[in-house]
Amino acid sequence: MPEARVIPLRPDDDEPFVSPAPAPGWEEQLAGGLEFVERRLTGAYETDEFGFDADLTDHLLLPALRPLFQKWFRVETIGLENVPGDSGALVVANHSGTVPIDALMTTVALHDEHPASRRLRLLGADLVFDLPVVGAMARKLGATLACNEDAERLLTEGELVGVFPEGFKGIGKPFRERYTLQRFGRGGFVSAALRTGVPIIPCAIVGAEEIYPMIGNVRTAARLLGLPYFPITPTFPLLGPLGLVPLPSKWLIAFGTPIETVSYGPAAAEDPMLVFNLTDQVRETIQHSLYQLLLRRTGVFGR
Amino acid sequence: MPPAVVLVTGVSRWLGGALAAELAADRGIGRVIGVDTVPPSPEMLRRLGRTEFVRADIRNPLIGKVIAAASVDTVVHMNISSTPAGAGGRVPMKELNVIGTMQLLAACQRAPSVRRFVLKSTSAVYGASSRDPAVFTEAMQARQVPSGGFAKDSVDIEGYVRSFGRRRPDVDVAVLRFTNFIGPRIDSLLTGFLRMPLVPTALGYDARVQLLHEDDALAVLSRATTGGFAGTVNVGGDGTLLLSQAIRRLGRVEVPLPSPTLGSVGRLSRRFGFVDYSPEQMRFLNFGRVVDTTVLRTEFGYTPRYSTEAALADYARTVAPVVAPEAVHTVAGGLRSLLGRVGDTAAAVEQRFRPAPPVPGLRAVRDA
Repeated sequence: MPEARVIPLRPDDDEPFVSPAPAPGWEEQLAGGLEFVERRLTGAYETDEFGFDADLTDHLLLPALRPLFQKWFRVETIGLENVPGDSGALVVANHSGTVPIDALMTTVALHDEHPASRRLRLLGADLVFDLPVVGAMARKLGATLACNEDAERLLTEGELVGVFPEGFKGIGKPFRERYTLQRFGRGGFVSAALRTGVPIIPCAIVGAEEIYPMIGNVRTAARLLGLPYFPITPTFPLLGPLGLVPLPSKWLIAFGTPIETVSYGPAAAEDPMLVFNLTDQVRETIQHSLYQLLLRRTGVFGR
Repeated sequence: MPPAVVLVTGVSRWLGGALAAELAADRGIGRVIGVDTVPPSPEMLRRLGRTEFVRADIRNPLIGKVIAAASVDTVVHMNISSTPAGAGGRVPMKELNVIGTMQLLAACQRAPSVRRFVLKSTSAVYGASSRDPAVFTEAMQARQVPSGGFAKDSVDIEGYVRSFGRRRPDVDVAVLRFTNFIGPRIDSLLTGFLRMPLVPTALGYDARVQLLHEDDALAVLSRATTGGFAGTVNVGGDGTLLLSQAIRRLGRVEVPLPSPTLGSVGRLSRRFGFVDYSPEQMRFLNFGRVVDTTVLRTEFGYTPRYSTEAALADYARTVAPVVAPEAVHTVAGGLRSLLGRVGDTAAAVEQRFRPAPPVPGLRAVRDA
């Protein structure tokens, strides 16, 4: 007689039930904070040659950005499987929003939502590192100067590097030009990727355009302060410091299919035609994916 | 082949004296001649051993006679002053650095016996600015050419040494670009700076600092003198620290001041003979500088024994901390045990008012 077949009651309930780890109580949180302060006071933490301070980033900077990421902008990430877990890659994204909050949000997205908790090493303009406080904090968060030497050093070390080739043309563009990509620099990012043979991951960010809609630009003030632009938004400088609060737009960050560069070989970086073509390809991909994301988003301030 | 006759300039300072003493202790080297404008201290003189000291100014053509008479084959040029205070003002400093080097090179060029020239240079030639790449390799140049002071002098000196190398292609020229020295015995810019109980820094900036232990500096100099390396090499310990981090590790108190006021503090401290802040040093305090040491480890063939962190820790033995790490640990430990007690009390109170709900599984068994 054949044995009776065992029919599991809940077929997909194979692994034993593990109760989620209890959220740390306030005592543990305070004790953790105490240890952090102790480490900071005695200097017992590590920093790398770029000035990246993982201790400060994990315990102070990222937790400070997290509410903005989760609650304020309700960021949704798409296509994280396109970002490799353990090797170098160059994330190329559109830049917008008057203040580069999009760079910070992408950093949080890749650290919190990627299964390998990737750290995004941002490349910033020299103006960022000239400014007091901002420059020092940017370095501690893992950013470094946007130059080929630094990009290639990070990529060869297997880091995930984030670059915004539009630069100030992107974040400082008027609101009416939202979601239209500006010129993509001189293709320096493509040659860095070619020389190190890492994939380029096009990344489209929707939502950052609406946080500080720039309706005017006071060029005289910008020139006086040595800034690339001086923004006027509906709330700034009208409402004073209150105007610094970003509008709570709904954000989508999508990582596209990686564009391989290893097959061209490192010598291809010296071929300007190929570099221009690849730059255009990346730009087109991001522009296309921006339009798709905009269709997908139900409303600027939707859920 | 070890050199027969070595001439070391700047032996009255710690590093120069230590190098001369080490070379004098090496029996393979025929003669060691030490040159400086000021005589070495009696203690230094004892250590120098069989080194022959010549009190001569390298700005003076006399140096040529010394080189020719002793048929010197290896010249180690270390008489480069990094601070105006040490040289008696900025003008004498520049004269000693630049004119002194030119005189020395002119003398070397005329002396057919010279086969090797070692220059103690500095990574300050890379400058310090917000446009710098994070890590400098030997092939890179300063993004912003240093405008004055020690860094400018060093750039000029390297330029003269390069043209000397072109005019005398038979001479092996080794240029050693050192990062900041630190250690219990050496007297460098950074040791004086970090010895102050309150360390003024530029508000809103945090420099990346790469250090080199004095023992490693000495070993590299001695290897460059006796070995066969020719070319330019960056010399620095592994790893970096942020300036704020180094100050904390030494238990000093950081006093961030806005950059403009830092200038007047610098002038004040120079007047009272504490530390010398010059504008280029201030730029260094803002941005810092890191160099790539691959060439040092592969081509030159030396791996520093002390990392930046270990070098700082060795230096820390000689400075009494203002904020002792033990005190921080004691206070933190006290707070932690207090927190534990408060936590236990709170848990007990919570237990009394809100007893934990019974485990649901047990109830089901009773019903069955």
